[in-house]
Amino acid sequence: MPKMKIDGIEIEVPAGITVIQACELAGVEIPRFCYHERLSIAGNCRMCLVEQEKAPKPIASCAMPVAEGMVIKTDTPLVKKARNGVMEFLLINHPLDCPICDQGGECDLQDQAMAYGFDRTRYHENKRAVPDKDLGPIVKTSMNRCIQCTRCVRFATEVAGVEELGATGRGEGMEITTYVQKTLTSELSGNIVDLCPVGALTSKPYAFNARSWELRKTESVDVMDALGSNIRVDTRGAEVMRVLPRVNEDVNEEWISDKTRHAIDGLKRQRLDQPYVRRDGKLKPASWGEAFAAIAERMGKIKSAGIAAIAGDQCDAESMVALKDLMAALGAKGVECRQDGTQLQAGPRGGYIFNAGIAGIDKADLILLIGTDPRAEAPVLNARIRRRALNGGLKVGVIGEAPEDLTYPVERLGASAKALDDLGAFGEALKAAKTPMIIVGQGALARPDGAAILAKARALATVRDDWNGFCVLHTAAARVGGLDLGLTLDGGVEGVLKGCEDGSIELVYLLAADEIDTKRLGKAFVVYQGHHGDSGAHRADVILPGAAYTEKPGVYVNTEGRVQLAKRASYPPGEAREDWAILRALSGVLNKPLPYDTLEQVRARLVAVNPVFAAIDLQKPGAWGAFGKDGAASDAPLRSTIANFYMTCPISRSSRVMADCTALRRASLAVAAE
Amino acid sequence: MLKDEDRIFTNLYGLHDWGLEGARKRGAWDGTAAILAKGRDWIIDEMKKSGLRGRGGAGFPTGLKWSFMPKEVGARPHYLVVNADESEPGTCKDRDILRHDPHTLIEGCLIASFAMQAHAAYIYVRGEFYDEAMRLKAAVKQAYDAGLLGDNACGSGWKMDVYVHRGAGAYICGEETALLESLEGKKGMPRLKPPFPAGAGLYGCPSTVNNVESIAVAPTILRRGAAWFAGIGRPNNTGTKVFCISGHVNKPCNVEEEMGIPLRELIEKHAGGVRGGWDNLLAVIPGGASVPLLPKSICDEVLMDFDSLRNVQSGLGTAAVIVMDKSTDVIKAIARLSYFYKHESCGQCTPCREGTGWMWRVMERMVKGEARIEEIDVLHDVTKQVEGHTICALGDAAAWPIQGLIRHFRPLMEQRINERQSRRIAAE
Repeated sequence: MPKMKIDGIEIEVPAGITVIQACELAGVEIPRFCYHERLSIAGNCRMCLVEQEKAPKPIASCAMPVAEGMVIKTDTPLVKKARNGVMEFLLINHPLDCPICDQGGECDLQDQAMAYGFDRTRYHENKRAVPDKDLGPIVKTSMNRCIQCTRCVRFATEVAGVEELGATGRGEGMEITTYVQKTLTSELSGNIVDLCPVGALTSKPYAFNARSWELRKTESVDVMDALGSNIRVDTRGAEVMRVLPRVNEDVNEEWISDKTRHAIDGLKRQRLDQPYVRRDGKLKPASWGEAFAAIAERMGKIKSAGIAAIAGDQCDAESMVALKDLMAALGAKGVECRQDGTQLQAGPRGGYIFNAGIAGIDKADLILLIGTDPRAEAPVLNARIRRRALNGGLKVGVIGEAPEDLTYPVERLGASAKALDDLGAFGEALKAAKTPMIIVGQGALARPDGAAILAKARALATVRDDWNGFCVLHTAAARVGGLDLGLTLDGGVEGVLKGCEDGSIELVYLLAADEIDTKRLGKAFVVYQGHHGDSGAHRADVILPGAAYTEKPGVYVNTEGRVQLAKRASYPPGEAREDWAILRALSGVLNKPLPYDTLEQVRARLVAVNPVFAAIDLQKPGAWGAFGKDGAASDAPLRSTIANFYMTCPISRSSRVMADCTALRRASLAVAAE
Repeated sequence: MLKDEDRIFTNLYGLHDWGLEGARKRGAWDGTAAILAKGRDWIIDEMKKSGLRGRGGAGFPTGLKWSFMPKEVGARPHYLVVNADESEPGTCKDRDILRHDPHTLIEGCLIASFAMQAHAAYIYVRGEFYDEAMRLKAAVKQAYDAGLLGDNACGSGWKMDVYVHRGAGAYICGEETALLESLEGKKGMPRLKPPFPAGAGLYGCPSTVNNVESIAVAPTILRRGAAWFAGIGRPNNTGTKVFCISGHVNKPCNVEEEMGIPLRELIEKHAGGVRGGWDNLLAVIPGGASVPLLPKSICDEVLMDFDSLRNVQSGLGTAAVIVMDKSTDVIKAIARLSYFYKHESCGQCTPCREGTGWMWRVMERMVKGEARIEEIDVLHDVTKQVEGHTICALGDAAAWPIQGLIRHFRPLMEQRINERQSRRIAAE
């Protein structure tokens, strides 16, 4: 551990870090534009210059490794002069359009100009003009503002793994651009907006909508995939204006996918804002009382064993436990949460979570992907695998029809699960690996032979006290929570649908469940409780308007079994209500009142059902035991359950931005196919 | 004045055969195996003793540079890279070596590579030097055919390969790390240092980048002994040097001379004197476009070597002497250089990217006098804001000529501004 002196403070710092990091440890702030701790070092903005004793020139602190006995000064006239000079250079060609710039108020250049800028210009020449670029529906460009820090280029190249951004030209004429005038094809492209230290790259859907200081910021959790990315929801009044990532090193670091960030305009479309009851074949607006009465009337006419419920993919745990309790009180068949028909069972927990943890990827030396396309199912997790691959010493094998480019090299071991029976040389590597990960996707599990594939994957997994490499990658944010609550029925969702077809099930309660084949609900009476007018609501006989994920406090369990709390950022529209409260109210009408009246009581009930809900934000491997079923796998190829990354849920299907992204992706795929 | 027998480049003017046979007649490839047999420590020691300072401009001691390479070859191979991307305005010494005396360079590559335990040397030739690159390639082929290069170079048992690579004509690729980037097939942008090339250079392997002249003089130094080379010139500024004299002289030429020769003697003996006589001299840029110019008063006495020129706040650089007589608009001349640096800035780091354009635009106005007197101070301040704050030395190179102009010709700049001002008032 080298000892050094920064502004007179003696400090011992870890070897191998750079001076800028050492300064941060010493509590000395260094201005910077190009440096970013998650990207490679460029050293090009020159804002972080500091004085090093005995060095003839100021040094770029971001690029200089620390050394024993180094003496750094950051507050000398030389340093101040150097920074003022760099700031002046950055500003001479930067437009003074802060009043109409979306970055205003959260702009690094603006902030640092307050500290290092000069209050008038000495530059009397014309400013440079740079043509704007079309980077697609998500990123808006205003290239006059670009300060060529290359953070976006480095992000695209290093983290996202798409070499589509770069700098052309040189000197003053250097421009950041896509080389061949095409838009970004990354699922993570929105992150370059956060990275841009100025207003050159801003969010297109958010353009000119709000100022950062007008927004209320709420910490929440994303439900667009099963990763549980930590997000911040910015609202103005009742409207969700934007979603930004929150740092959580163990989950999403500081990235989020484009769907997480930009599906939110779907929260304003197709919303269910009042109850409906189907009369004479048509859904008619109704009051809550009428809607509850319609349900109660119907329930009075049927046997309680003919009632079943399906919980959707984005439900909070509170509403799921309330639904479970209500079904139990009614003596109904129960609740099923596995909409996609996955063969996972509710126990043991180690059999359905991502045991090694997302951060475990950093430690893995071998990864076998079975029936999953992580790039579409969890882009942020995929970027983590990519980083691990770039660091070297990682072998990745793929079984199934994963896309051509996962952004890292893979070994293709076969399209069907038959390949599991003979892995060949990869099997040898797997045996030799110290920390191998077996990542099983829903593409391998949501099929008739899923249980057999699960058993085969289990057999391959390395499970020790200090490592459990068996990992299930979910696609539904509610799935692990649902399994933790034991929301499974014999026969699964297929059994429910068959029951509807043969008439043994007469009433189906859909809790925001839209990913089933609603045509197969037969003559059953369908109650749909949810937030969007999607396929479930279209088939419903009674609609109870619920809240979307930003509109209610909720507990979500991500794919690695991490229990996370989301806070309420805004309120549901119109007469819509929080989902657990709707179920509580309905239970009263049905004369089976649920034993809780407050959110705290519901959460206490969650812990009573399964103690894992008490361990907020923690992740550890689940209990290990027997799961899966011995049997043969079919030779049908394993295909990811997600065909279109941008549209996977009622919210993203209602989003115009996601529709634009989908159209663009289809168009580029069509061009590629030619 | 340098004696004829002390000249290293005896075919600088291309009067004799450039090929292997001619080169051998002039002494090249003589006893190379014997030199190698003396071992790498001896070679590096001799180079250190000779006092040879890098001929590319910075003047870093060559032997010392060689000694920075790891003593043992680890998992990564060592490389020698020869910088033949000669693009400094006014400089054309390497070009003559490449086309008229290529075997001195190739032999130097073998010796230097052996000393640094490199089995491969890359010669990065400026893109515009098409004919020179072809000549060099032909000479490399001759050396291979004669067994001077290859698996058993000169019968020494050392495996040696020399590759000639042509650049695409960017000035910045003459900067050693930008050259390495370009050689690797990337955009020619200087790297951050540290790490230095001796630790992580070409393809991340230990590498040394040397100028053509530094490498080409090495065989003769080793053949004739360090003491011989060190005996020429002045202490710390030893040996011979190829000077390129251009501009307002009667006979522009390249000439190999002793280090520390008086500037006036150099111009008058070899270049036929300044056009219109010494008294018609206005200023001289003594070391290629990047160093500050010297007014006549300094040129009268100054010696042409690293330390003397540094003492007068200029530099030897590449020893490209650009002579300007009194017919020159010196402000316009420097403005043209500013345009060159603005054009050649790679755009990577802020001060250079933004500063070179700013300086050029102000200089263009200075040429016409369309400025205020205070702007001279602003301009000087801007050069100071660029200098020393950039990744590579191009920023410094862009700043120095302007600093030199302001230092020595500020009255002229003020006069130009005042004249313009009074013309405007008169017109009104």
